Amino acid sequence: MNGSESSLPWLTILALVPLVGAVALMAVPRGGVLPKQVALGFSLVALAVSIGIATQYDTGGGFQFVEKHEWISSFGAHYALGVDGLGLLLVLLTTILTPVVILASWDDADGARWSTNSFFALMLTLEGLAIGVFAATDVFLFYVLFEATLIPIYFLIGGFGGPQRSYAAVKFLLYSLFGGLLMLASVIGLYVVTSRTAGGPTYLLQDLMKTHIETNTGRWLFLGFFAAFAVKAPMWPLHTWLPDAASEATPGTSVLLVSVLDKIGTFGMMRFCLGIFPEASRWASPVIMAFAVFSVIYGALLAIGQNDIRRLIAYTSVSHFGFIVLGIFALTSTSQAGSALYMFNHGLSTGALFLVTGFLISRRGSKMISDYGGVEKVAPVLAGLFLVAGLSSLSLPGLSPFVSEFLVLAGTFTSSIVAATVATLGVILAAVYILLMYQRTMTGPVRESTRHLPDLNPREIASLAPLLVLIVVLGFFPKPALDAVNPTVTSLLHQVDVHDPVPTVAANHEGASK
Amino acid sequence: MTWLSLIILIPAASAAVLLIGGRLTDGWGHLLGTAAPLASFVVGLVAFLKLRNDGDPLHQNLFTWINAGSSAPGNTPFHVSFTLLFDPLSALFVLLITGVGGLIHIYSIGYMADDDRRRRFFGYLNLFVAAMLTLVLANDYLALFLGWEGVGLASYLLIGFWQYKNSAAVAAKKAFIVNRVGDAGMLLAIMLMFRSFGTTSFAGVSAGMDRVSSGTATVLGLLLLLGACGKSAQVPLQSWLLDAMEGPTPVSALIHAATMVTAGVYLVVRSNFVYAQSQAAQTAVVVVGLVTLLWGAIIGCAKDDIKKALAGSTMSQIGYMMLAAGIGPAGYAFAIFHLLTHGFFKANMFLGAGSVMHAMDDDVDMRHYGGLRKLLPITFLTFGCGYLAIIGFPGFAGFWSKDKIIEAAFQDNVLVGIGAVLGAGITAFYMTRVMILTFFGERRWRENVHPHEAPPVMTVPLVLLAVGSTFGGVMLLDGWIQGWLKPVVGGEGQENLPMAAWLIQVIVLVVVAVGIAIAYLAYGRETVSATAPTRVSVFTRAARADLYGDAINEAVLMRPGEYLTRLLVFFDNRRVDGAVNGLAALIGGTSGRVRRWQTGFVRSYALSMLGGSAVVVLAMLAVKLA
Repeated sequence: MNGSESSLPWLTILALVPLVGAVALMAVPRGGVLPKQVALGFSLVALAVSIGIATQYDTGGGFQFVEKHEWISSFGAHYALGVDGLGLLLVLLTTILTPVVILASWDDADGARWSTNSFFALMLTLEGLAIGVFAATDVFLFYVLFEATLIPIYFLIGGFGGPQRSYAAVKFLLYSLFGGLLMLASVIGLYVVTSRTAGGPTYLLQDLMKTHIETNTGRWLFLGFFAAFAVKAPMWPLHTWLPDAASEATPGTSVLLVSVLDKIGTFGMMRFCLGIFPEASRWASPVIMAFAVFSVIYGALLAIGQNDIRRLIAYTSVSHFGFIVLGIFALTSTSQAGSALYMFNHGLSTGALFLVTGFLISRRGSKMISDYGGVEKVAPVLAGLFLVAGLSSLSLPGLSPFVSEFLVLAGTFTSSIVAATVATLGVILAAVYILLMYQRTMTGPVRESTRHLPDLNPREIASLAPLLVLIVVLGFFPKPALDAVNPTVTSLLHQVDVHDPVPTVAANHEGASK
Repeated sequence: MTWLSLIILIPAASAAVLLIGGRLTDGWGHLLGTAAPLASFVVGLVAFLKLRNDGDPLHQNLFTWINAGSSAPGNTPFHVSFTLLFDPLSALFVLLITGVGGLIHIYSIGYMADDDRRRRFFGYLNLFVAAMLTLVLANDYLALFLGWEGVGLASYLLIGFWQYKNSAAVAAKKAFIVNRVGDAGMLLAIMLMFRSFGTTSFAGVSAGMDRVSSGTATVLGLLLLLGACGKSAQVPLQSWLLDAMEGPTPVSALIHAATMVTAGVYLVVRSNFVYAQSQAAQTAVVVVGLVTLLWGAIIGCAKDDIKKALAGSTMSQIGYMMLAAGIGPAGYAFAIFHLLTHGFFKANMFLGAGSVMHAMDDDVDMRHYGGLRKLLPITFLTFGCGYLAIIGFPGFAGFWSKDKIIEAAFQDNVLVGIGAVLGAGITAFYMTRVMILTFFGERRWRENVHPHEAPPVMTVPLVLLAVGSTFGGVMLLDGWIQGWLKPVVGGEGQENLPMAAWLIQVIVLVVVAVGIAIAYLAYGRETVSATAPTRVSVFTRAARADLYGDAINEAVLMRPGEYLTRLLVFFDNRRVDGAVNGLAALIGGTSGRVRRWQTGFVRSYALSMLGGSAVVVLAMLAVKLA
């Protein structure tokens, strides 16, 4: 929390780059490739800035690149930014995925009701706001940005997508607003609590973490935050908006929605639920773990039963988010490091899966698995990349999601054998849903309807390549990412006031020697 | 040893070149793909000689794979460093994988010559070799698991190599999913290690094992056994192996006979320090081995598909290895000994079967063979060596290794010993049947089939493997194999035979002779029909149906799973969604139907926000009052 003030407000600059890009797009003449190039350009500049920030980040831990200005003093609200390892990882995920998505969605908005300019402008707006969300260290600022992200994504779903898109967009909005309102109640509650303290009202995270909150109050406020995050990180039974949204939105929108925006949920659980309400987090952890494990199995079973490729991927995310939440509330350092890493890896792997299936769907004009078959024979590159993305989703060792999933399970196993064991069944089910989909779409004899599908073009391959390369590299060498999140986890455990269970043999040994 | 990692890196790099390079490498891909395991073999041989001279295991620390969690006092981070361990046990596997693997690669040049995706085939084979070498060179259970699932992936890709056939694609998926069940056991075992010891390295687990409770040791042993059952196709996770024969025959020889399917045996032997702490887990290993050795042998008797007959035989032979491994220090060395000799003679026979299929236009039905010994003399003679080895003909490799396992089985328990002898008799029966149906008797060929001997690129590996099948027994001279493995698995148990060793040998030989005689009477003297008889006993029918392994899986797991999934999909669409929608509508203060959302009824959104605000007020009141 005590990171030094940096000379330039790098995080603000980073968030502004895509926002400026969005404004610029409005000025660019419509049609042609120029708006696409401008959008890609701005997203690449943001990527470059974020990489610059990452290289300057000190893995010793704490919040860095801190900015703080008073905003609404009567509320104690500040414009305060800063990133720790977790925030940095998610900012990077955002800046990596945005150019990838823009490149992959190059022609997706052509012929839509609204212009390509607005499509990409909305994406850039979303990027800027998401960066702000992950960097905010003031609860009020976080809340405002959190709600603000709903606007671009609502229009992205409702404006560019399948025939049921407006139903999906409204459903998404209502769920999110419902969660957001509960959070607003808690945000106001925090004001009430802090205004009674000696320091006066404050929304700064660093102050809130030190504020003593009375047990019952803390539990209620915790629930308000948690409900909002549980909607975002689609947890059973609040997940039903996701399959509709993912099925109707364009693949690029789905990636930004599931890989980036939904992470706000699990990110918020770690940063705000655990950070501000340690007692309530310990109190709620058994129940939340039960819900998380249920989500893991439920999402996987539902994925197996889908015929719509996009709904299938959406349900796999319900399962994966179950793992993330499980790791967070298992309250061990290993499981939490796993969850933090999982957020990043899931973004890569699900992003790749949405995009590659998007390419497939755009070729055949159907998102139904039963309409495919034998694609491997006519489009081997598409099939190969689909398989790699799928294998990463089923957590094959050697690909990055395995490391995070195993860490979640191994850490959870030390605190709850039952939860970890049941969740491990999800590993088996993952193989079923991925390989079943692959078998039914890619293998078997070539069908008349798939005989003339063209293979991926260079632009499409170029958009997938960065994700797949990162998946492989982080599968064998997750060290940079883990180095970033380990200090975050250490301080979180300290804040929640728990320790890892001592290995049983060491415990026995100590017991024996006493 | 900075060059130790070359053993893995060479085939891994080759696989990467072939798979990423794509069609650019079509011209020479098979040559690179074949050179890679041979180069690894040379490096492995150098390491083997160094190990033999120095006596100390070779290590190479590559990098820290995972370091996650908090290292603050009172916490336990998860740490895995990627270190290679070349000890006597892994040394034998490295030589088997790269040696037999290299020969199979050479053979594949000829076998796959007409396949326009041959380059990709070699890419997958190299990927397999790299993963399998990772499996046996790892010094940590999680790193082992990397190789473990890596070979599973390669197996998936290769079973489904001709994936335009639905049967191949389904078989590949089935193999992966059944293996995943075993892998879940492995994962839980590794989690239990971390919970108990705070580490998952072989050294760390081994050091802590004598301080765990016997319950923990038993659970750990059983979980590892579950993993071993999946990979090694042992009952109850055996059902995938027969379907796996959909893959090209060199794959069946390399992965589904000589190397990958023996990984389960490797795992049990490697984890000897776990089983040393639990009699119950050891007994479970013995039971699994015994059941599978009989199960596989019975299936082998009823198959007319030559590859499936051999696959049943593989299950059965691995059952012998499992049984030996379950016996403990008295059996470990013999489990590995049989694993090596089996690697020779089963690869030999599978490649021989491939040569026969090559000659018969890829027909696998033995009832369409017959009298091939004159036209395929090299295949016949080499296959014959494999045959004599597997039935345990005195002097051949299998005689020594199986005999030692049967002796060890009698030391363990007379009933287990009797089961093992019975298995030897059944083995003699079904292998004699294969031999007679294929090479002897009258010609039952389909029309337009013109059998011919395979080219040298295929027959030379056959000859070399036949040499191994014949003389593999030399590893037992002076107790070399026991002495070599002693640093890893400990010494022999005391001799405690219920009867003299020679008497056991005589009994085994008599039982084997009976098996051969029955097969000769049934197939050698009678005319064999070109179609399988349909009026057969319930036993034959059961054996043809793989002893109903698939039927059981379907009835117990697949169908209930499908029903559950369907029910949940229905429930999720109607109930969960409906309930939440209804709740939202209630909170929104609208009595209207959810359908209105689709019509874009803006006022209802506004109302729902208003309702939400009411909740806020209530919450604030609650806070105030609290």
